[in-house]
Amino acid sequence: MVVPGTLLAEGRYNAGVNVYKEDDKFFSSVVGLAELRNETVTVIPLRGCYIPFVDDVVIGKVVEVISTAWMLDIRSPWQGVLFAKEFLSKPLNTMKEDARSYLDIGGMVKAKVMAFDRTRNPSLTTREPELGKIQRGTVIEADPTRVPRIIGKKGSMINLLKKESGCQIFVGQNGRVWIAGKSRDEEAVVAEAIRKIEAEAHTTGLTDRIQEYLVKHRV
Amino acid sequence: MEKKKLITDDGIRYDGRKLDELRPIKFQIGTLKNADGSAYVEWGRTKILVGVFGPRESHPKHLALADRCYIRARYHMAPFSVEERKSPAPSRREIELSKVMREALEPAIFAEFFPRTTIDIFAEVLQADGSTRCAAISAASLALTDAGVPMRDLVSSMAVAKVEGKLVLDVIDQEDKQGDSDMPMAIMPSKNVITLIQMDGLLTHEEFIQSVELAKKGCMEVYAKQKEALEEHFKKTMDREEV
Repeated sequence: MVVPGTLLAEGRYNAGVNVYKEDDKFFSSVVGLAELRNETVTVIPLRGCYIPFVDDVVIGKVVEVISTAWMLDIRSPWQGVLFAKEFLSKPLNTMKEDARSYLDIGGMVKAKVMAFDRTRNPSLTTREPELGKIQRGTVIEADPTRVPRIIGKKGSMINLLKKESGCQIFVGQNGRVWIAGKSRDEEAVVAEAIRKIEAEAHTTGLTDRIQEYLVKHRV
Repeated sequence: MEKKKLITDDGIRYDGRKLDELRPIKFQIGTLKNADGSAYVEWGRTKILVGVFGPRESHPKHLALADRCYIRARYHMAPFSVEERKSPAPSRREIELSKVMREALEPAIFAEFFPRTTIDIFAEVLQADGSTRCAAISAASLALTDAGVPMRDLVSSMAVAKVEGKLVLDVIDQEDKQGDSDMPMAIMPSKNVITLIQMDGLLTHEEFIQSVELAKKGCMEVYAKQKEALEEHFKKTMDREEV
């Protein structure tokens, strides 16, 4: 485990994520687990917010409605902007209709990051199949740094969750997880399993323990 | 008030410590549930709670900086933190310490990663017995780490005072009030960079050099405690050794 300022390597390496370089020395900038792969030093963070990347699919929550756009909380330092054109696939005539009639404060939206460069708010789009307003199920919040663990290697964990629970599950890159099952109880079991994954993210044999848990608590 | 003798002839201080001995220091991480990052420190009888929020949208919006993140620090003493009730309104001293705290932490934070956002740092002094700014800065750097804010290094802080002609490390309230000089210092330990140095009172040139060295030694001890606390807190999520 490393903390900000820990010296990771010296010499000819590449600086990966959460690593910065000063002269020939590489330091960690966050608390996390250091890794060296193909001459690249990276640190897997243990804490942190979500940083948007183009093509990430996230789950946003509407916090503000402006005449032709919605501002979405995507759990990043910047609010996402969802323009009416990108949500409705047609321009919104503000003289005739209200943006709120389509999507109001508190609404959950599955959207894709269209463009982002830190100097402007990330723009989002729902103009793709599977994207759009979330109509049913439950959305829970997990730590964004745990998303890779909830998905697992090549989707092993998420497939296990889907198979054992029979629920539809989608993990947004920003740590919001959508769960839709036949009943609230089914969804609650999955939510609890995800809490467990979050808490024990970097322990060994986690997949087996989650399987056991799901079998034991099957509704 | 009658002046007590603060250092005995064989070099033992008012609270039983040696001249260069620290008080017991204990850091705790993640104490506040609603903050993005938080830390609590018990530094002898000084007790401080620090919460960090952000990076998040700037409010009011005109504070946002186009090229980096705006860092806002608030140092506040609870009314019950000192012997005589302190008015909860921010005093001149608290406003100064807020600025000092911000400036001590700013060099460590990669503010340029988060343009147009704000990081809020709130330090609440629950009990004060000297070195509160040092404790607040050290705890704030842990709270920032807990929030996952990218930083160049942790920031560790320590004060040196001149009391009855002798330089003493880790100043308590009594020594601060009766001493001839007080010098708090904050460093980025693995970079060997000073981010804060203040002094009031008088020191000779030699004493100043000695004080800096002494404070640095104290900071390194604080740094060790900070790392210990981080490891203690984060090892819960893992059981395999990975370095």
